[in-house]
Amino acid sequence: MAQYRRIGVTQNNDVAIVSFNDKKILDEASIQELGAELFGLVEQQKMGDILLNFTNVEFLSSAALGKLITLDRKVKASKGRMKMCNIRPEIFEVFQITKLNKVFDIRKDETEAMTAFG
Amino acid sequence: MTESSSHHDSSSDQAAWQKSLDLPSERGASRLIMEELLDRLGEHGWASADIFSIHLAAEEAIVNAIVHGNKLDIDKKVHVECFVSPTVARIEITDEGDGFNPKDVPDCTQDDRLEVPNGRGVMLIHNFMTRVEYNEKGNRVLLEKVRDT
Repeated sequence: MAQYRRIGVTQNNDVAIVSFNDKKILDEASIQELGAELFGLVEQQKMGDILLNFTNVEFLSSAALGKLITLDRKVKASKGRMKMCNIRPEIFEVFQITKLNKVFDIRKDETEAMTAFG
Repeated sequence: MTESSSHHDSSSDQAAWQKSLDLPSERGASRLIMEELLDRLGEHGWASADIFSIHLAAEEAIVNAIVHGNKLDIDKKVHVECFVSPTVARIEITDEGDGFNPKDVPDCTQDDRLEVPNGRGVMLIHNFMTRVEYNEKGNRVLLEKVRDT
């Protein structure tokens, strides 16, 4: 298993469940590192289904949104599925303003997301 | 880095906080002001949702000034002026770049741009603040949040 600094990864059935180590995702260097680790899940680890659990995340910038969009595109291109859960209201508002709630599959919690993966 | 900071009496119960400083044009420089700004908002009784909004808008605007305005030129500064009272938060950010026209930023919520990874900062700033004004040149932005009563 790869070593991660920005994320934690566990596996449940064939779904990679990703948690974030940083409460605030805004520092440019950390976001680059985060992007590389997330993309590695698809490109190196060949994970098909990915669930991003935002429980720990209190703040994220538009640069972080960019990484999530790119990850979503990579997952879709490799015929995988990506879902998100445990997003706090302030961050959900960010997704609503930018209409990313239409792009991302956002679920209430891990249980609901895992059921949706089927 | 030059800075000045003051508390002055106002008609409200709590003195407003003001600070101005110059940030270097390097990534991550917003941290030189952000922690204190967030602390002062909390001290002046702002709700956490408002603090989140102001944090996001200020962060995006400062990053834009450093990266797009000053193009990470270490010889250029980003000047930041903050004012926080219990009812108003105001942050003015000026860079030394050529300026931009906010109308030229494409709408990131259009269907054909929804999956483009960048270009969301300006839209978030406008949605999270009560008032956003640019100078004519486009190298200065005023962000203002008025507390809901």
